[in-house]
Amino acid sequence: MFYREAGDFKTSYRDDSQTFPIRLDRMGYYILMFVAFLVVPFFINDYWVNAVFAPFLIYAIAALGLNILTGYAGQVSLGTGGFMAVGAYASYKLMTSFPEVSILIHIILAGGITAVVGVAFGLPSLRIKGFYLAVATLAAQFFLVWVFNKVPWFYNYSASGQINAPERSVFGVIVTGPNTEAWAKYMICLVFVVVLAWVARNLTRGMMGRKWMGIRDMDIAAEIIGVNPLMAKMSAFAVSSFFVGIAGALFFTVYLGAAEAGEAFGITKSFLILFMIIIGGLGSIFGSFAGAAFMVLMPVFLKNVLVGGLGWPTDLAAHFEFMIVGGLIVVFLIVEPHGLAQLWRLTKEKLRLWPFPH
Amino acid sequence: MKYSKLAAASVTALMVATPVLADLVFPSLSYRTGPYAAGGIPYADGFADYFTLLNERDGGIGGVMTSAPECETAYNTEKGVECYEATKGQGALAYNPLSTGITYQLIPKVTADDIPLYTPGYGRTSAANGKVFSHVFNFPANYWNAASLAVNHLKEVSGGDLAGKKIALVYHNSAYGKEPIRTLEGLAEKHGFELVTLPVDHPGQEQKAQWLQIRRERPDFVMMWGWGVMNQVAIQEAANIRFPMENFIGVWWSGGDHDVSPAGDAATGYKAVTFHGVGSDYPVFADIQKHVVDAGKAAGNGDNIGKALYNRGVYAAMLLAESAKKAQEIHGTPDITSSMMRDGMEALEITEARMTELGMPGFGPEFTVSCENHGGPGTGAIQQWDAAAGTWSLISDFGPSDMDVIQPLIDEDSAAYAAENNIEERCN
Repeated sequence: MFYREAGDFKTSYRDDSQTFPIRLDRMGYYILMFVAFLVVPFFINDYWVNAVFAPFLIYAIAALGLNILTGYAGQVSLGTGGFMAVGAYASYKLMTSFPEVSILIHIILAGGITAVVGVAFGLPSLRIKGFYLAVATLAAQFFLVWVFNKVPWFYNYSASGQINAPERSVFGVIVTGPNTEAWAKYMICLVFVVVLAWVARNLTRGMMGRKWMGIRDMDIAAEIIGVNPLMAKMSAFAVSSFFVGIAGALFFTVYLGAAEAGEAFGITKSFLILFMIIIGGLGSIFGSFAGAAFMVLMPVFLKNVLVGGLGWPTDLAAHFEFMIVGGLIVVFLIVEPHGLAQLWRLTKEKLRLWPFPH
Repeated sequence: MKYSKLAAASVTALMVATPVLADLVFPSLSYRTGPYAAGGIPYADGFADYFTLLNERDGGIGGVMTSAPECETAYNTEKGVECYEATKGQGALAYNPLSTGITYQLIPKVTADDIPLYTPGYGRTSAANGKVFSHVFNFPANYWNAASLAVNHLKEVSGGDLAGKKIALVYHNSAYGKEPIRTLEGLAEKHGFELVTLPVDHPGQEQKAQWLQIRRERPDFVMMWGWGVMNQVAIQEAANIRFPMENFIGVWWSGGDHDVSPAGDAATGYKAVTFHGVGSDYPVFADIQKHVVDAGKAAGNGDNIGKALYNRGVYAAMLLAESAKKAQEIHGTPDITSSMMRDGMEALEITEARMTELGMPGFGPEFTVSCENHGGPGTGAIQQWDAAAGTWSLISDFGPSDMDVIQPLIDEDSAAYAAENNIEERCN
C-alpha cells in the first residue's frame, strides 16, 4: 500500500536507473544517512563504538571487498585475512615512516598496496577455478601471515612482533591511539564505509560489474561476447583487495590499535568474512552489511543477554553463544540459501503487493 | 542494518538494567573456553576465590566488599577490547587480562583512562620501567627474568659452563612467545651457547615438524614458551622422541598440572620456572577451602586448589588486594578510585611478615615497588614434576636473574616505546 512504484513517475533515464527507484527506499536511505551522520555521533560512547560500531563498519568494508571478488566475479578467496594483514602492516609502515603525512592518505595507500599484492596472488585465477583457486588463495593467507611474523622489518624490529598504532589526527581531531574520542573513531569508519559502499554499488552496476558477473556466470560465454578475462579477473582482485586492505588498515589503526599477524589476521578471519558474505548474500551490497551485522553483533548481543541479562556463568554463555550462532546460520541457510539479502528482497516483493497479494 | 538496530536497542536496555555496585571492582578478563582454557580456568578460579575469601572472612578490604566480575575473552584480542569497554564503566580498579596480546592492546588505553594494568609474569616485559609505563605493573617477575632463570639453572646443571651447548627454544608464534628471544640471544652471547628457535603456530596442536627438527639438531636442552594446548602436545612429543625430560624446561606458563598430566609417567622430570610457591600447603588454602569452597561459593568446582595456575591466580589477587589496601592507607578513604589504586600499586611493599599474616609464608619474594621499578625483584625458582605423586616440587631456591643483561634491554625497549608515543620520563 505504501511501498510501491505506482505514482512514482520518472521522466529521465537518469532517474530511472538510480540506486533506489522507489520513493520509500530513498527516504529510508536518507533517514539512515541522517541518523548515522548527525544523530549517532552525539550519543555514542566508548563501549558502543568499540564493541558494536567500529567492528561492524570495518567488517562491512571487508565483506564488501570479498563480495566483489566472490559474489560478483565468482572467484572464491580464502585469503581475506592475509590481505587485511597487508593493509594493516602497510598502514603501520607508512604511519611510522612518514608521520607528517595524513593518516587518511596512508589508509588509502595501504589499500593500494594491498590491491597490488592481491593482483599478484590473483594471477593463478587465470588458470585455475573453484575449489582449486580457493586453495591457491589459502596459500596466500598462510604465506602473508608467515612473512609478517618472519621479517622483522615489517614490525620495526620490536621485541614481540607486535605493531602499535601511534597517535594521528585528521583536521586536528585525533583518530588513532588511546586518546581518540568515541565519535571520531566512529566517524572515520563511517566515512570510509559510505564512500566505499557508494563506489562498490556504482562499480557493480556499471560495465565493470557486468563483466565480472559475466565471468562469474559463464566465463567462456563471456569471453566469446568480448569480455577480456584477464582484465575482468585482475580488476576484480584489485578492487576487492583494495577494499579489504582499507578494512585491514582501519582494523589495526582505528579499532584495535595493536595487532599481531597470527592472532588478528589468521585463517579464522578469512572464514569469518566468507561466512559474512554467504549469510548476508553473495553478489549484494546490502548482503555485505547484513552479514557483517549478523556475525559481529549477534555474539555481542547474546553475551549481553546471557551474562548481563540472565546472569549466566561466562563459560556456559560462551558455549551457548557458539551453539546459537551456529544453529542460526544453519537455519538461515536452509530457509534461504541466498542469504539475508534475498530475505530482504522477498520482503520487499511482498510489500509491493501488500495488502492485495492477488 | 535492521539487525544492528535490534541488537543495539536490546544492549542498551540491558546496560541500563545492570546496577552499578559500589564495590572494589577487579574485573577478571578470563577465558574458560577455547584452546587456552586449560590454563585460563584454574587462574580465573584462583583470582575469583581469593576475593570471595576476603569478602567472606574479612568483610572485604578495609570494610569495603570486593567483586571480580568475569568477562570471557577466549584469549582473543577483539573480545578483550569488548570486555575492557564493558567493565570499564563498572568502576574497575585494575585489569589483569592474562594475555600478552590483550595487554599490548590495553597499555595505551589504560594509560589514557587512568586505570592500572597488572600483568604478573606476562605482558610487555619493558613495562617494568615505571619511568615510561606509568600505569602498567608486572611485579614480581617477567619473561626476561624467566629466560635468565632458566639459563641460570641449565648452567648449574651443566657444571657451571654453557659454552658450546645448544639450546632450542620452542615458542608460541605470537607476541608472547617472541618476548624472550631477545634476552636469550643476549644470554647466548654472554654464556657462549647456541640458540635454535622453533616457532609453533596458534593453537599449537601440530608440532611434529618442530620435534623432528629437534631430533635432527640434537640440542642439549629444550626451552618452551608455550600456552594452552601447545604445552600438552609439546610434552607428549618430547616423550615420543624420548627427549630426556630433565633437560626440558618451560616458562611458568608451561608449568601447569594440566600440561604434564596427559603425558602420564613419561612427563616425570619435566621442569618449569616459577615465581611463587607450589602445592596447597599454605594456611590460605585451608581458609579458601573453609570459607569459599565448603560454603559453595567457589568460582569453579573447587578441585583446582594447589594447582600451579590456581596458586598464581590467588597470588595475583593477593597482590592486587594488598595494593588496594595500600591505596586506602595513602588516600585515607576506603572507597578508592582507579587513580588511587595506581598510587597504591606504586607504593606496594610486600614483607615476609605480611605474607605470613596472610597465610602465605614464603609463597613469593619480599619486594618493594617504586616509581622507577614496576617490575619487582625478578626472582624465581625451578619446579619439577613428579608424575607418580602428581605434584610439582621446588628443586632450587628463589634465586636472582641476570639483571646485567635484562636491564639494558628493558631500557632500550621502553625508550623505543617512549619515542614512538612521545612519552616523557617520569620520576625525575
